Order: sequence, then structure tokens, then C-alpha cells
Amino acid sequence: MLRLIPLLPFVGFLINLSLGRRLSKAVAGAVACLAMFGAFLVSAWSVWTLVQMAPDSRGIVDQVAPWIESGALSIPFTLRLDPLGAVMVLVVTGIGFLIHLYSTAYMHEERASEYARYFSYLNLFASFMLVLVLGANFPVMFVGWEGVGLCSYLLIGFWFSKKSASDAGKKAFIVNRVGDFGFLLGMFMVWVQFGTLDFQAVAHQAGQLPPEAVFGTLSIATLLLFVGATGKSAQIPLHVWLPDAMEGPTPVSALIHAATMVTAGVYMIGRNAVLFSHAPETMAVIAGIGVATALMAGTIGLVQNDIKRVLAYSTVSQLGLMFVAMGVGAFAAGIFHLYTHAFFKALLFLGSGAVIHALAGEQDIRKMGGLRRELPITYWTFLIGSLAIAGVPLLSGFFSKDEILWKAFSGGHTTVWVVAVIASLLTATYMFRLVFLTFHGKRASAGSGEHAAGASHAVAGHDQASGGGPHDAHGANAGRLHDAPPAMAIALIVLAVGSVAAGYIGVPVVIGGSNRIEHFLAPSFEPPGSEGRLVSAETYRAQTGAPATAVSPTGAVVSPAEGRAEAPPTTAGASHAEAITSPEAVAEEHASELKLMAFSSGIAFAGIGLAMFFFLRRRDVTDRIAARLAGLNRVLLNKYFIDEAYDAVIVQPIYRVSERGLWTIVDAGLIDGAVNTAGESVGGWSAVLRRLQTGSIRAYALSIFVGVVVILGYYVWR
Amino acid sequence: MVRLEYYLILSAILFATGTVGVFLRRNVITMLLSIEVMLNAVNLTFIAFGRSIGSADGQVIMFFVVTVAAAEAAVGLALVIALFRHRETLNPDVFTSLKW
Repeated sequence: MLRLIPLLPFVGFLINLSLGRRLSKAVAGAVACLAMFGAFLVSAWSVWTLVQMAPDSRGIVDQVAPWIESGALSIPFTLRLDPLGAVMVLVVTGIGFLIHLYSTAYMHEERASEYARYFSYLNLFASFMLVLVLGANFPVMFVGWEGVGLCSYLLIGFWFSKKSASDAGKKAFIVNRVGDFGFLLGMFMVWVQFGTLDFQAVAHQAGQLPPEAVFGTLSIATLLLFVGATGKSAQIPLHVWLPDAMEGPTPVSALIHAATMVTAGVYMIGRNAVLFSHAPETMAVIAGIGVATALMAGTIGLVQNDIKRVLAYSTVSQLGLMFVAMGVGAFAAGIFHLYTHAFFKALLFLGSGAVIHALAGEQDIRKMGGLRRELPITYWTFLIGSLAIAGVPLLSGFFSKDEILWKAFSGGHTTVWVVAVIASLLTATYMFRLVFLTFHGKRASAGSGEHAAGASHAVAGHDQASGGGPHDAHGANAGRLHDAPPAMAIALIVLAVGSVAAGYIGVPVVIGGSNRIEHFLAPSFEPPGSEGRLVSAETYRAQTGAPATAVSPTGAVVSPAEGRAEAPPTTAGASHAEAITSPEAVAEEHASELKLMAFSSGIAFAGIGLAMFFFLRRRDVTDRIAARLAGLNRVLLNKYFIDEAYDAVIVQPIYRVSERGLWTIVDAGLIDGAVNTAGESVGGWSAVLRRLQTGSIRAYALSIFVGVVVILGYYVWR
Repeated sequence: MVRLEYYLILSAILFATGTVGVFLRRNVITMLLSIEVMLNAVNLTFIAFGRSIGSADGQVIMFFVVTVAAAEAAVGLALVIALFRHRETLNPDVFTSLKW
């Protein structure tokens, strides 16, 4: 049954691939949407079945086929659904379906064949993403991992006749390949260390080891896996591809570069939570990289002027926050944020898409403004998304972000916490800068001559011929703008509802909730089959500070991979054995959690207030500050010159070596030289030897005669 | 009983005559005739050897050679007719267009 989930979008891909040219747009879009909706229904049914199971043994396995059998290596193509996978599958199929629906309206001005090509890529992406999420071992996950990278490349470069788009696609693919190489090496290390690549078997074996005190094999393996995660999830130093990926169609940015694919790295770490939590050095690195990325992307997002780029940096920043959660051992909090982020970031991207759609391809927020009245649906949904991401209380982003901050603080990672708080202040500020510049104030594009020229240029630059966008027919600069068409509006409204409500499955214990998602996810982050796990609410409260991978000190550990029971080693979980805490300590902890919660809500409002002051009320002050700090402003506008640094340090040397060395010397000199010399020497000798072919029968007869005499003579007088 | 050497000498003279004919005559038909002379010189050798060692093998081979020679003559003369129709001559030095 599980295999149907990735298979349905794949069938949709095959239909649009083979018949796409002959299908009308309505049919092509309907096929793709139905495939996704079918996958969503199957997922929902599977997750429902999963929820009915006993909490400790939730898992559905679908053994599709034996795949790689070679000596000791045996890798079946197996899909497995567990609580972690359940969250991911619902996000991918549910939000994926909404984005497919949105795309039917957004891409409407493409030609029919392009339209079908778009939907076939989108379906293929969903299929690979579901394989990634459901894969029960590293290689199956890697299939999905590479597949989504391919689809990302195809979709970023969808308007490939535009050079910047095809360049961005290549950049994304190449940067991802760097990360994938790390992932592969990490996979090899895991195989060498554990002799298996099945997630559950690895977790089972790793669970029996003590956490690595010094830097060793586990640390190297997990660090290499983390390199893969930085590539896919756009963390420092491999974050450079994500902002450029905004060259793709906006629904693609929403689906791939906000909600699903870029979270694969976070998911992968969550999937290997046991392994990672046994390598404290790696965990520290992950938290450090995450928080650095969150801060860096937040500061860049503050000054960017392209609506989609701001959102892209916001995504990078939020992904950084998820990695912080992973790094401090709060796996459930990280996945919770991944899940809520998928709602509001998809909503924000789709909202920006609606704005771009209405403005005929205009993406520069300096030329927007005052769109609140003309695009009411877009405005209100976008506002809800912004409130959610800023962390305003009672919206989804608040619960998940607060959970991460609390886990970082209570885990004793004070520095990380401080930087993460600054990053979330920045989040609120740049998001509301975007809201105010786009929807409030007055339209700027109809103003001075320079701006008008720029605007008309933008319209001309986005027509079909240059591949910039499908929106030239709107001619929006003149008449009234039109709000999102029905298919787009439905997606926006559903996602807005989700952005408000999605957080309520994870309401923390202190404000009367039960943090259901953490309980639900917990089995996925522990060695499989560990019985006697402490799951009561009491112990959970006590353990909130400790990494979520607490291993029970007693009880038999059963490995489903090997099917035999064995006694757990005494070392397992010894470091987490602080399960018994007095009620006073619990109360004290609750008090500090409440204080922190109030503090982070204050941070959200402070960020919004800052944005309101600087970008709505007193633009003059902002401009003066920008002029005063021109150097800093330039650094931020140019994204810390990281692209330039990579260009100088990596791209240019490779280019030089390739052009001067490999091309002119090796290829043109040695290889071409050898081939040409061979050809020319044959030609030269032929010019001499062909004189022998005179065409005269007499000469031929003579040569035959002489030959016979010579051969006979040789045998006679030998 | 004529001695073997005489047959071989006669055969060598015939073969040399045929060879010289092939090289020196400027008429394709004469060249074909010279080749027939060469073939028959070889036939004579076969028969002479066969007789001297008391075997019929030489005569068997001779029949094969005669058969092949007949076939060769048929093809050769057909070619000669075709060539003559194209070039109105039988001088082999004229037919040199099959060269580099």
C-alpha cells in the first residue's frame, strides 16, 4: 500500500511526459493534481492506520523488491512509514497538492506543451520526495535525495531560455552535488562501522554504543552526512544556491525551495537521530552552523529588494533554526518547526507569486506598495503567514519556534540561544518590512520617469521570448490589478488556515497543552523496540531539557532487523539517566519556560514594531541610517560577498585550469595532437603507397609473378 | 620410355613461353592464350609426375585444371568483348582508369 504513495505522482509524471503534447492544459493540470490528491488520500489512510497502532510499535513496512544483493551487502527497496515519516508524508502530499492546484492558475499562460512539461516535473519531484521520506535505508533515501536534486535543477531552469535561470539551475545542481558527495561518504562510513544501511538497524546498533567522548568514527560519519544536509538544506557554506533558485516559477519555490526539498537535510538528521546524538561534537557543529546561518540569512534578508529573495533568505534562516533544534538534541522541536514552516512559508511564497502574477512579473518591492486594497485575499493571507513566521502568539510559528528556543536555552546552549533570539527578531523585522513595502504605503512604480522606464523594461523583459515569466498579458501597470484567481485563492486560504491552526498539535505542556507531536514523534528518535520507555507526561516534563533520545536504562532491546532479543549493554543511556526530578524543580522549570515564552513573544512584537517604525512611519530615518552605514549596507546587499569569494577561490581557478591547462594543453595539445598525428601519418604514407596502384594490368601481373618467384625461391633455397 | 626430365624441360619451356607472352603481347586475347599455354605446361608437369610415380592423381588434377581453364576462358572472353565495346581496342595499356 505504501508504494502507491510515490507511485501515483510517478504515474502522473509518465502520463504528462508521454501524452503531454496532446493533452489540453485542463487535462494535464487535472492529471497532475489528481495524482497528488490520490497520494494524499493514500498517505492520510496510511497515517490513520499508523495512529491506530500501539504508540511504541508504530510502523508500516512495505517490502517492494530486493534491490542490491552482493556478498554481505543486502539492500532491499523497502519503504517504511513511522511517526516521523508520517508528518513528512502528510506535508509533502498535502501542501504539494495545494501547490499543484495553485500552479494550474499560475502557469496558465504557458503553451500547452510547456504546461504539461511543468506538471510532469512537479509530479516527478513529488514522487522522488516521497521515496526520500519513506525510504527505509540509506540507499533508498539517496535515490529520492538525488531525484529531488534533479527535479530542482529541471524546475529552477524551467524557463531555460533565460540565461540567469539556466545558470541558477546549474548552480543549484553543482552545489548540491558537493553535499551529495559528503552524504555518500557518510553512508560508506556507516556501512563500514555498522555493516548495515537500514535506518532501524543502524539506530539499534548505535543505541548500544556510548556517546562518543572524543572525535571518532561516528563523528566523522555524522559530519559527512551533515555535509549532505548543508547542501540540500542550504546551510553555510553551501547555502549559495537557494537564493538563486528563485529564478524558477514561484510555485516551485514554494514547493521545493521552502516547504519540502530543502527540509530534507533536517529530516535526514531526524531520521538518524540516534546516530547523531551519539556524536556530541557533530551536534555542536550542527547547532553552530545552524545558528550562524540563521543570523547571516536574517541580516541579508533585511536589505534585499526582490520579494522572492527576501523569502529565500528567510527560508535559509528558518532552516538554520531547525538545525539549531537538531543540534541541541530537540529533534521533535526541529521537525515540528519544519512542519509549521512548510505551511506558512509555502503560503508566503504563493502569496508573493500572487503579487508577481498581478504585477506582470514585477519582483522588486521598491516598485510595489499600496497593494492592500487591490489584492485583499493576497494581503490578508500574506499577513497571516508573516505573523506566523514572526512568532506572534497563538499562530503556528510561535509554538514551534518557541519550542526550539526553549530547548536551546534549557539545554544550556546560551550562546546559541542568544543568537537564535536575534535571528528571530530579524525574522519578524524583515518579514514585516516586506509586508509594509509591498502592501502598505503608495504604489511607487507609476512615479518618476526613471521608475516608469524601469517598470516597462521589467514587463518587456518578462515576456515569453525571454522566458522571464508568463504574465505579460496582464499589462498590469496601467489598469486595475486583479486579485488571485480561484485556484490560487483556494490554496492561499487553505494554507492560511493551516498556518494558524497547524501549531495546535504541539501546544507546550506549560500552557495547558500536551505537546502531542513530541509524543507522537518520540519513537522515531529512539533505538527501535526499546521497551519500558518512559512515556508518561510527568517524565516528559522532567526530560524536556535532556536530549529526546533518552534510552531506557532497563528492559530488553529487540532488533527487528535481526529478530532476536538481547540484553542491553549497561552503558546505554547512562548519560541521560536524570529522569527523576522533584516537583519543585518541575514547577521552577515551568516558570522559566513561561518567562521565555513571554520574552520570545515580546521579541516578535518588537521586530514588527521595528519594521513599522523604519519602513512604514519613518522611511527617512531608514534612508539616513542606510546612507550612514553605506559600507555595511553594501556588504549585506551583496550577501557578504560570499558568491564573489566562491567565484574567486573556487570557480575562477577551476575555470583557469580548465581553459589554460586542460583545454589548451591536454585536450587541444595532447589528445587532439595524438589523434591528428595518427590521421596525418596515415595520409602521408598513403600518398606514397598509392603510387603502386597504377591501373596497368601488366604491372600487376609482373608483381604477382615476382612475388611467386620470391616465395618459391625462399622455400627452394631455404 | 621417355625420361621424366624431358617432360619437365618441355613443360618449363612452355611455361616460360606463356609467361613471356603475357608480359610482352599487347593484345588481351593473346594474353589469355598465353595463360592457357602456362596452364597446360603445368598440366603436363602433373601428368608426367603422376606417371613416373605410378599414380592417377596427376591426371585427376589435370581434369580439374582443364575445367577451370574453360570457365576462365569463358569469363575472360566475355570481359574482352565488353572491353572492346567500350574502348574499340584490345591493348591492355589503355585500360588504366582503375587507379588512384
